[in-house]
Amino acid sequence: MSAPTAENENTPTLAARIGRSEIPVVIMAFVFAFLISAVLILISNEDVRQSATYLFARPSDFFRASWDAIVSAYDALFRGAVYDYRARTSTQAWNRLIETLTVATPLIIAALGMAVGFRAGLFNIGGTGQLIVGSAAAAWVGFGLSLPPVIHLIAALAAGIAAGGLWGGIAGFLKARFDANEVITTIMLNWIAVNLLAWLLTTAAFRAPNVLTPQSPQVKATAMLPRLLGDQFRLHLGFVIMLLAALFLWWLMSRSTLGFRFRAVGENPRAAQVAGISVGTSSFLVMLIAGGLVGLGGAVNVLGTEHSLNDGIAGSIGFDAITVALLGRSGPVGIILAGILFAGLSTGGRYMEGQGVPIDLVAVIQALVVLFIAAPPLVRRMSGLNLLTRPRRTAAAKEA
Amino acid sequence: MKLELQGITKRFGSFTANDSIDLVVEPGEIHSLLGENGAGKSTLMNVLYGLYQPDGGRILLDGKPVSFSGPGDAMAAGIGMVHQHFMLVPVFTVAENVALGHEPTKGPMLDMATARAKVREISERFGFDINPDSVVEDLPVGAQQRVEIIKALSRRAEVLVLDEPTAVLTPQETDELMQIMKQLRDEGTSIVFITHKLREVRAVADRITVIRRGRIVGTADPSAEQSELANLMVGRSVALQFDKEEAPTGETAVSVRDLTVVDDAGLRTVDNVSFDVREGEILGIAGVQGNGQTELTEAIMGLQKNVWGSIRLGSTELVGRSTKQVLDAGVGFVPEDRTHDALISSFSVAENLVLDQHNRRPFGSALSLRLPRIRKHAQEQVEEFDIRTSGTDSPVGSLSGGNQQKVVMSRALSRDLSLFIAAQPTRGVDVGSIEFLHRRIIAARSEGTPVIIVSTELDEISQLSDRIAVMYRGRILGIVPGDESREVLGLMMAGYTAEAARAEVASGSTLANEELAAEGDIA
Repeated sequence: MSAPTAENENTPTLAARIGRSEIPVVIMAFVFAFLISAVLILISNEDVRQSATYLFARPSDFFRASWDAIVSAYDALFRGAVYDYRARTSTQAWNRLIETLTVATPLIIAALGMAVGFRAGLFNIGGTGQLIVGSAAAAWVGFGLSLPPVIHLIAALAAGIAAGGLWGGIAGFLKARFDANEVITTIMLNWIAVNLLAWLLTTAAFRAPNVLTPQSPQVKATAMLPRLLGDQFRLHLGFVIMLLAALFLWWLMSRSTLGFRFRAVGENPRAAQVAGISVGTSSFLVMLIAGGLVGLGGAVNVLGTEHSLNDGIAGSIGFDAITVALLGRSGPVGIILAGILFAGLSTGGRYMEGQGVPIDLVAVIQALVVLFIAAPPLVRRMSGLNLLTRPRRTAAAKEA
Repeated sequence: MKLELQGITKRFGSFTANDSIDLVVEPGEIHSLLGENGAGKSTLMNVLYGLYQPDGGRILLDGKPVSFSGPGDAMAAGIGMVHQHFMLVPVFTVAENVALGHEPTKGPMLDMATARAKVREISERFGFDINPDSVVEDLPVGAQQRVEIIKALSRRAEVLVLDEPTAVLTPQETDELMQIMKQLRDEGTSIVFITHKLREVRAVADRITVIRRGRIVGTADPSAEQSELANLMVGRSVALQFDKEEAPTGETAVSVRDLTVVDDAGLRTVDNVSFDVREGEILGIAGVQGNGQTELTEAIMGLQKNVWGSIRLGSTELVGRSTKQVLDAGVGFVPEDRTHDALISSFSVAENLVLDQHNRRPFGSALSLRLPRIRKHAQEQVEEFDIRTSGTDSPVGSLSGGNQQKVVMSRALSRDLSLFIAAQPTRGVDVGSIEFLHRRIIAARSEGTPVIIVSTELDEISQLSDRIAVMYRGRILGIVPGDESREVLGLMMAGYTAEAARAEVASGSTLANEELAAEGDIA
């Protein structure tokens, strides 16, 4: 069947355009996630449960307890993630937003790397491994070598990119040369990296002297990413590197010949092949660049935020980066917003915990937000947005 | 059974595929639904078969309104459909396929004896010559189609819908199918025959309804002139045939020697093929689909893995080169399956037009694309090839099939070529644009470019070719002049060598429908 041509495609109404756009979906996803989370908060709250036992004797107690539980939980989330209006100084108040951005920085860089793979049709699950080798290489250059100030930092960042690129490149090479499934190879490379790091931290080259936990020495000051807003805030130069990385992703995917090939192979490998594009070479380069970006994320994390290597350095960043990349629809702006959202839920979550919300529940709330954003048709149906896009029968019939 | 469709309307979003269509099929008539690809024929039949729900209108059987929520309802009401792509399980026997979904049982056991008997009975009644125990994948395509018909008849279909049934058949198999259709009609079955081939319509239809852009634009009598039907179908007058001037042919430009291609399963898809193409010559490669033509073109393009033999373009050996090197050598290629092999549907028209040249001047460098140049190029090509699109930035997937094909053709033809290869160059293109694309191919030839055309449409081959090579089971059975008769070509497509085919035609015994075969005309 032929698709609609220009002449018979009528301009959509304003309501239809609102119904189709992404922004209301995101807003409604938050609303639904917070509604469902509110129920979970109520169930887990001690006061609410107690007042429920005499609900019919004094219903007002139950409703007051419920209201208090929900308000204090979401209030804590806001204060923890954005602006703590209860803090004594404005520095402390704003510190929360700055902290959110600091947490977001390595996450976003890693997610940008993930996006390269997704746009090229490769499902890179190896974020954790690429992040670990990137951190380890950058940290080693940071504490193991002595170089002049600026050069030392650049060398450490470059080491992170190279190590991450190598780790991604291995999976890319296996894909290109032997058609090995990249999902499997990257997961296996994650395990290799995790245990490689654990072993490295027992060697003299990496193990800091006189500490009980497996930890490396601090990176030298010459290799640290300088702080941007003075010493009371943790935000560092990595934030700028993150913005540059996002710019790079935009250029790569929409302006470069390499990105054109990546996208072509991702969308229709067969047509790309017929047009003379080597699918294997493309897969290898994609994984090289993706790994390099993720490795840069690891380097920024260790040189800016953590300052030393330990066996939990990658944390959940490797997997969260996948979610952030998918949530941001693999575009630079979307990834930055999704990364800040994710970081905010985690920094705010710590405050919620202080209000008696179990830490597990915080993770559930994060998951619900992502789940709803990832299922736009579900949100459209639940909120009635889909009704806006339904064509009006009479109008359509008249035009025809 | 009398079938009536009244005011059937079907919309997809803002696109109206069927616009209040009225159609009456009398009992025992062959009613032909004629229209171009994308005119809305298949949509209408899918509405009838319960696969789509109409947005308006109703269906009447013998005067009683019916509504179908799925193919099951339609079958129960006596409507049978033979799809363009067969719905058969290849590893099942004929009897098993026919029984599938309506299995006769004896207690908890399948009653295959009854199923077999049923196949045998229908097969004998219409002279189908089908063994109920044959495995479907071993049968030739024409026989598989008869299995589909048996399947429909075994469910007591009184209205039989045949959707583009001749697309996969050799000319001889087409003739046999037409005999079967006439026989079924004489037994009282109503047949809806969907096609875009004028010749077949005139040979077999009792009544003709022409459909264009989702509307009925007229009915015609089988005695109507072909040009009249074509004009109705396209909506303006078209030249069905035009003379191509003799081009002076030059040196041998391409020489293929002992080319053999083996597929992953170890089968020889191209078997020891040799031919030459001269400068300024169009070599047509005819054959029923799946006889090695695809693999042959892919071997030239460096897209096949196991290739032996030699393909020389001028002084360059192409076997063993990568696709990029072959393209760089100046070979323009139009693959036969545009959605799968040629276009990236989410990419814009402009991006698709430079897919194989994006990193070459003037469209880009090793590092970055030159978007303004790419855009300008797209505007020029859209203008020159009359590609109907809402803009060069629209995704190519939003274009109709014919316009997508024009994108592929314009991409391949827009640079300096040392060889032009087109497989099914006008598949899914409307009659008016076919003429334009044919002229472009002939223009390329007249400039001295050697051209290889692969087509399963005999008419297209005859129209364009200076010489015709017929492929059968991976071999070239013979290379004949471009004006060879349809009968000989048809027999060669069924496995006769050129000499045997000519002898057979001279003895005058083969063709059931002389009048049908004698006409050379458009597809």
